[in-house]
This record gives sequence, C-alpha cells and structure tokens, in this order.
Amino acid sequence: MIRIECPWCGLRSESEFTCGGQSHIVRPENPAEVSDEIWAEYLYQRENPRGLHRERWRHTYGCRQWFNVIRDTVTHEILAVYHMTDSAPEVSGGRE
Amino acid sequence: MNQTIRRLPHARIEADSTVEFFFDGRRYTGKKGDSLASALLANGVGVVGRSFKLHRPRGILGCGTEEPNALVQLESGEYTEPNVRATLIPLYPGLVAKGQNAWPSVRFDLLGAVGLCKRLLPASFYYKTFMWPNWRSWEWLVRRIAGLGTAPQAADAERYVKQNIHADVVVVGAGRSGLEAALEAARDPAKRVLLIDSQEEPGGRLLGSPVPEERSWLANALSEVAQRDNITLLCRTTVNGYYDNNVLAALERRSNHLGPRSGNAFRECFWRVFAGRVILATGAIERPLVFPNNDRPGIMLASAVREYTHRYGLTLAREIVFYTNNDSAWQVALELHRVGVKVDAIIDIRGAVDSALVEGARDAGINHYLGTRVINTKGRSGIRRLKIQRAPADGDPSVQSVESLPCELLAISGGWTPTLHLYSQSGGKLQYRESDACLIPDCNNQNISVVGRAAGEFRGELNLQCQWLTPDVPPENQWVDFQYDVTAADIQLAARENFVSVEHVKRYTTNGMSVDQGKTSNVNGLGILALATDREIPAVGTTRFRPPFHPTTIGAYAGIELGALYKPVHLLPAHKAHLTCGASFDDYGSWQRPVCYPKPGEAEAAAIAREAVAVREAVGLLDYSPLGKLEVVGPDARAFLDRVYINNMVSLKHGAARYGLMLNEAGIVIDDGVVVCLAEDHFLLHTTSGGAAVIHRHLDEWLQCEWTDLQVVVNNCTTQWATMMLSGPKARDVLQQLDCDIDLSRESFGHMQYREGHLLGQRCRILRASFTGEVSFEVSVPARYGQSLWKILMQRGANMGITPFGIEALMLLRTEKGYLHIGADTDGNTMPQDLGWGGAIARKAGDFIGSRSLSLPVGLDADRLQFTGLELLDPKGQTISGAHILSADERTTNGYVTSAVHSPNLNRTVALGIVAGAAQRQGEEVTVFYDGLRQRARLVSPCAYDPEGNALNG
Ligand SMILES: [Zn+2]
Repeated sequence: MIRIECPWCGLRSESEFTCGGQSHIVRPENPAEVSDEIWAEYLYQRENPRGLHRERWRHTYGCRQWFNVIRDTVTHEILAVYHMTDSAPEVSGGRE
Repeated sequence: MNQTIRRLPHARIEADSTVEFFFDGRRYTGKKGDSLASALLANGVGVVGRSFKLHRPRGILGCGTEEPNALVQLESGEYTEPNVRATLIPLYPGLVAKGQNAWPSVRFDLLGAVGLCKRLLPASFYYKTFMWPNWRSWEWLVRRIAGLGTAPQAADAERYVKQNIHADVVVVGAGRSGLEAALEAARDPAKRVLLIDSQEEPGGRLLGSPVPEERSWLANALSEVAQRDNITLLCRTTVNGYYDNNVLAALERRSNHLGPRSGNAFRECFWRVFAGRVILATGAIERPLVFPNNDRPGIMLASAVREYTHRYGLTLAREIVFYTNNDSAWQVALELHRVGVKVDAIIDIRGAVDSALVEGARDAGINHYLGTRVINTKGRSGIRRLKIQRAPADGDPSVQSVESLPCELLAISGGWTPTLHLYSQSGGKLQYRESDACLIPDCNNQNISVVGRAAGEFRGELNLQCQWLTPDVPPENQWVDFQYDVTAADIQLAARENFVSVEHVKRYTTNGMSVDQGKTSNVNGLGILALATDREIPAVGTTRFRPPFHPTTIGAYAGIELGALYKPVHLLPAHKAHLTCGASFDDYGSWQRPVCYPKPGEAEAAAIAREAVAVREAVGLLDYSPLGKLEVVGPDARAFLDRVYINNMVSLKHGAARYGLMLNEAGIVIDDGVVVCLAEDHFLLHTTSGGAAVIHRHLDEWLQCEWTDLQVVVNNCTTQWATMMLSGPKARDVLQQLDCDIDLSRESFGHMQYREGHLLGQRCRILRASFTGEVSFEVSVPARYGQSLWKILMQRGANMGITPFGIEALMLLRTEKGYLHIGADTDGNTMPQDLGWGGAIARKAGDFIGSRSLSLPVGLDADRLQFTGLELLDPKGQTISGAHILSADERTTNGYVTSAVHSPNLNRTVALGIVAGAAQRQGEEVTVFYDGLRQRARLVSPCAYDPEGNALNG
C-alpha cells in the first residue's frame, strides 16, 4: 500500500484513491476526421513502462478531484504530484 | 512418566502455581508461564501428534513458530481453532486441546498402519496414484486420512478488530538485537519507534539463557524501553506481511493467553503498520540434521532443549545426547551441565572441534564422539537407542566402527537459518553464505535493515560442516519435512524425474508446503536437491516467501465488518411505511427496496401480477427514490450535456424533459434517463437507479480531465429527494386530491413535461415521464417528507383502488412495453445503433462522447447483437432471461433473451433479447434454447402492450 499526497487534502492512504491509468492522453481535436487507426490508438494503446509512469488518480473518498502523479512502477515510489492541467515536471530518480 | 517433572530453580515460571488443562481428554497440570508444549513435556507426554501422510507418531521438535509436529485442535465448538502450535499456546486455566491427524487419539492411531505401506506412498502420490480412474474416486479416502485439524463448523464466537499505526522506525523482534536497535533509534526523541515482538514476553533467545549477565542485561533493557516515551512495545504480535512502501501487517493476540470467554472485547487485533524505516531482528531458526529415523518423539532441536531447560525449568530426560555439525549445540550442552542437568554424550560429524569446547565437555564428564554420524534410531513411541558410526579413520573403510548408545532425548543441530521471510516478502534478495550454509540478506529496494542472527551474525563462529543428508545409508527414512512426511528419497526421486526447479520440486514433493511453510525443512530440501542435481545451492535458487509468515485467523482480516456491519445499507426514506404495507425487501444496487407487497398467504409471483394489473387498470404507487438525480449547473452546462448524450440537448426547452442515451468513449451504452431543463444554466439528469455514483464519476472525469475549460458543476442529489411514482389511468385523479399549486390537467401538463411548485405547502418537483406505459407522475419532495407523502397518497387514493407496487411489477410493466433496461437488455458491447438510435446519431451535428467509435468497423458489423422483442409461437410457452437464440445450423449462439416475464395483462410470455442483426430480421422465426428445451419464436417489435401509446396520453 502506498500513500499519496493529494494536492488538496495532503498525504492520505492509497485506499482513498482510484487510479485512472495513464495520463496526458490527447483526445483528437476533430474525432470525425481522424482515421480508424488513430482513433483506436487513442482509445486503447497504453504505455506499460518498467519505471516512471505518468498517471492520473482521483481522491475518490475525499475531495473527488483528479490529479496527476509520476510513479515508479518498480518501487511504487511517487516522485511528483501535479495538477490535471499542468504539464509533467522533470523528475530525477526512478529508472526510466 | 506421568508425574510432573520438578522444575529447575532459575525457570521463568511461577513454581508454586497450578494450572489445570486437558489434552486428548486427560487432565494434567502445569505452571503459570508454561506453554502448552512445555506443560505437556513436564507431564511426560511424548507423542503429541501424527504426521500428515503416514501417521507416524511425532513429538515436540521446537519451541516456537517453527514447530512442525505439535499441532493441536484448540478448544471446541464456536471457539475451536485447528493447527495451533502447542509451542505457541500460553497455558491458561481449563485449556482443552486435542492431538490431530489421528483416530481415536495420537497415542493409539489406527491409521498409523498406513506407515507400514509407506513404499506405496512416495512423493507425488497424489498426482500419480489417484489419477485412475479419476481424482474424485479417491478424494473421500484422501480427505479422511490426510486432513490436518478440523475446520470449525460454527461461526467464530470471538470478535476481532483492525487498527492502523504509524512509526518512524519499526523494529521487528525484541530479542537482544532488536532491543539494541530500538533503544539506539529512540535516542532521537523526535523519532517514534515501534517495537514488535511475537512471543508472550519480549526477550527472544535471552528468555532461554541461564547466564546471569544476560538475564540482567534483558531486565535493564526492558526497563529502559518502558521509560522511553517514544517507544511503543507491541507484545504477542506477529508481523505476518511485508508490503510495498514499508507497510506491514501484524496480528496482535490480545486475549488468546486468557482462553475463550475472557471477557475481552476483542480477541485479536489486525495492525496495519506504516513504517518509515524497518529493522528486522527476527532471529534465526535451527535446522534439524537429516538421518535415518530422525522423526522419532524425543528428538528435539538443541535450541528447544535449551529453552525448555532454562525458560521452563524442565529436565527433559535421564539420557540426553547431542548430535551436531556446529559449535552452537556444544554451548547448549555445556549450559545444561552448568545448571545440573546431566548430558551423556555429544556426537559431532566434524573430525576436529575447537579445543576449548572439547575440554569443556571433558571437564563436564560428557562423552564426545568426533567424526561420527548417527545412522539409525530405535524406540517405539519415543527414541531409546542410537546407532552411531565413526567415519573411516585415515580413509580406510575397514576400520569403521558401529556402536549403540542409550538415549532418551536427542538434541540435534544442523546449523541455523536466518528468519528472512519478511525480508523476502519486502522484495529483498537473498544470497547464500557457504561457511554457515545459510541464506542471508543481499539487497532490497525498501528502507529496511536486518540485524543480529537474522543477518547471519551468530555472535561467535558456528564452524559448521555441511551435511545435507546422511551418506551411505538409505535415504527412504531420512525425514526432511516432518509435517508432510517428505524424505530425502522423495526429493531425490523428484530430481530423477527431472524436476529441477526448486519451485516445482516443492510442489511435487510437498516439501515446505505444510502449515509451517518449511521453516525447518526448506534449506535442507534445497541442499539435498543441489546434491541430487549436482549443482551449487545458488544455482538451485530459493523459493520466494509470501505472506503470511504465520497462519492468521480469518476473523482478524474481517475485523468488525461482519453481519449487519458488512456493508452500508441504504434504506428508503419511507422504509417504515413499506413495512406497514407488508413489503418484502431485497437488495437492488445498494438499496433495500420493496420487491412486492404480498397479502397474507399470497405468493410473491401472484402479488407481482396483481400489482401490475392494478397499475394498468387503476393506479399504483411506487417508491422511486433511488432513481439517480444529478444536477448540472453552469454557463456551459447545456454545451456539456450536448457532448455527453447522443441526443440533441441544444433545443431542450425550459420545463421540458427529453430521453437521453449516454455512451463511453468506446461507443458503448452506459446509461439512459430523462434530462430536464430547469433553467438555461441548470439541468436535472435522471440516471438508472443505482447508477448515479458511477455516472457522476464519469461526468466529473470528463470535466476535470478533458474539458477543463467548461464552467460546469455536477452534483449528485439522489438522496436529497424522495420520489413517489403514481402510475395508471387514475394517477392524475389521486394527485389532484392533494393541495398543489401546479396545474395538473392533461392540457397544461403533458407527457415529458416537468413542473416545480408546492404540494401540501412543501417544495415539490413533478416529472411526467413513464417507465410503465401508463400516465405517470414522478413526485419528488425533500427526503424528510418521503414517508408522509407515501402515507397521504395511500390514504387519498384508497377509494380509487391505489395499490402499492414493487420493483418487480415495475420491471414486468416495462418489459410489456419494451422499454430498455440498461445493463439487463444491453451488454458490454451494445452501441446505440443496436437499440434503434442509428437515425438520431446520423442527424446530430456535433461531436459527443463515443461518437467516433460508432463508425469503427466493429460498429458497422451487420451481425451485431440488436435489441428486439421475441414472441413465442406457443401461446403457453415460457422462457427465461439467459436463454440462447440459436443460429440456423444450431451450432452457435445468435443472441440471447435478456428479459422474460409472464404478462398478466396479455396472458402470455413477453420477452426481450439481443439477437444478431435483429433490426433487419423482424418477423423471422428463430429457435430459443434453454436447459435442453427448444422453442420457436418470432422476432417482433419490443413493445408488446399498447403499441400506439394511447394509455400515455390519457
Ligand atoms: Zn483530496
């Protein structure tokens, strides 16, 4: 079990959160105009790194807000927490 | 031997106490401070269990969690617990225990005869022998002879609790190294230190020390721990699990030492420990030596002999012999001599031993045999004689000599295994240290350190000479895993049959799979496998340890979340009124809702049919409060909803309602419901009952993660409103009986309209939508008035035949009308074009969630399962949801029935389903298959009742 620093509520137990998977997925601007391949990639293709992973979490049993984290999938260490609308910060450590 | 042994004066028991207990039906007495094991030994009880497979008599081998033999069934009825180590049960007055795996008792076990045909039960006997004709024909026999303890039949009468605890430093084990580490860490007053120990009292091996200096060191250390404000000591607490981010799971035994009915609120506490840093001071477990008939009662680990002698003050036998391959057992023998316990001999496989030890033994009058092996043991219910063989002198085999020695207790030591289960669970890797033939910590990702014997620091050299099994004598009766009867020969057999992976060998032979998880057998098994496959130990590898370290009571995992506290129960605001009306309840989603309202003596099916007829003919009243109600507010609310639903929400007028279908981004239908425009920037969304939380989350995710520029707030108001649905031709008449400032007339309040106003002086929201096909008013009032509204409507409607109806009648009515129920009539592949909404999608101009996915090749497939009605050709025919629609050649499924009811209004079965290409196949005949029965049916429009919709506009 890990503990996560909610940007609104502070350090809380993982059991209060829901992981929403990979973050920074860009929705095609004009869905009607993209090819089936691009749309399918947007829908289903996800990274599965051994190391740093940028993903979104929701503080479900708290403020219900979504936010981004950078997590090391090997150690589960959380290296950064940032807002949904922020771009991913540079982090050191982990093993990308 | 049934007389109680007199205790040595330095024992840590209360010498003048008397504690009565019962084992296998006999009464015994022990002392306060005893364990069940020490009390049994004090009473001369040598045989305490039978082995799992062969039912060989077994005695106490160890003194703690490593014990493989002395497993007992503790207490009975709702307090019983199987497979409890006698070594870990503190004696309490009136304790009742029973030996296991034997009938009628461990002393006279009739199944012990199995031991005679051991050759028929080699390793893997489950896999080989019982395969013919199949496992089931043998199962009864195996279950009978191979069970360990008996699983309790009654619910556990004890209560359990769970708690969290946080600490900067957690030290596991309060032996010498653990106490040192905890005191060191606590020097910084800002650090919270948690010291956890699994024994009845802290001290570890020091509790079994006869050395006065060590005893006083322990007393001083414990008083210092007590004085430190920043040290918390958790005794009787076993750390069983080590997880990511230094989270530990520990089980505290709060009242086990007092026995059942102790009056304590909780028997055990399950601790979730959150640690900054963890220091493992978990000690080491002594290994048995492997030699012929090494499983006889009276053969005991040297460390256990030490503990029983000094901690419990027992003189275990008259003729005590030690057998070892390292120095530690010599120390134990000399300590015994110092407190006046006679040791007859020390047998050591090593040809040369440290001269100080040899001289010490000589001075103590202990015979010693160097370069000597035990090659057999004799005795019926316990060891009586040893056969020993001196190694060939100068390599000349002819000068081997064999001797026989009397022996009542054989203390054995084959070296030490650091207790690294938790270290391994935490992700730590182990390395093999040749000199001590043991695995020690290597590296770890977590913030963890290992100290003392767990790290392989044995405080003095062991000078060990490795001997994994006794060479030159048959391996068949050299036991490795005492509990599961695994011998050296079994491991060699596995190797011969080409099992080379240590994980495979473990499962094939069951070595280390017993309830002790191989605490005494794993490393010996590893050594024998290495020899058999001609590899070094590091090349063989080790099995990874998994939680729990020690079996954990299931009740402790559950804590207080049992029975009524298992999960929250949602009761309707008018729950009591439904009880008064005679409702039968069931769980729907998280809600307890009325199924129906049976009259006295009326069957549920009859009640449901009666209620459904009443709605069509007069008026029914349904508590519709769980209907999901989400409010969407903000300047961009309308634009947002237009992207959320496949339907056009741009043209929805104030006070009007519109049906909407909601998709996920993959184009799959996830919800439907009626959307109401309350104001230009304020909308009310109705979701499927029970779906409100999920849909709320779905909408929130889009707003927070994708369309962050939209100014919209979504709130779930489901439980703030109680909603009563009046439905039927007389619905309006009933509602008009009540004082209401809304014009309810047909002309001004039509179908799919919404009004706000006051009912009996309170705020109300009234929606005209229909899930029954009849004129319906869904009346919402603040939840606290729900019960009053129900009662008043029942009263005022009495003369119009108002009938309360439950969720099952509602489902029947909507099935008659062919109204879709998301999740019942749709599955995880259903797209809107499968529900007849293809035209609406084509007309919608803008983008919406899931829109692009509908035109992926999968969405255009002509054989998609599509929503349809099914009319059985036999007017008396019946079917059931889940029945299959067969393909023309009857080789595959072509769809299935999703809803099926017997319609009391049409007097025939009405069914809905999803069938391949159904939209293009209307009128076609198909075969419905269920439970061997084939029926012909026709694909028809889903709406079976009142297809013109006349009732709705009444
Ligand atoms: Zn939060």
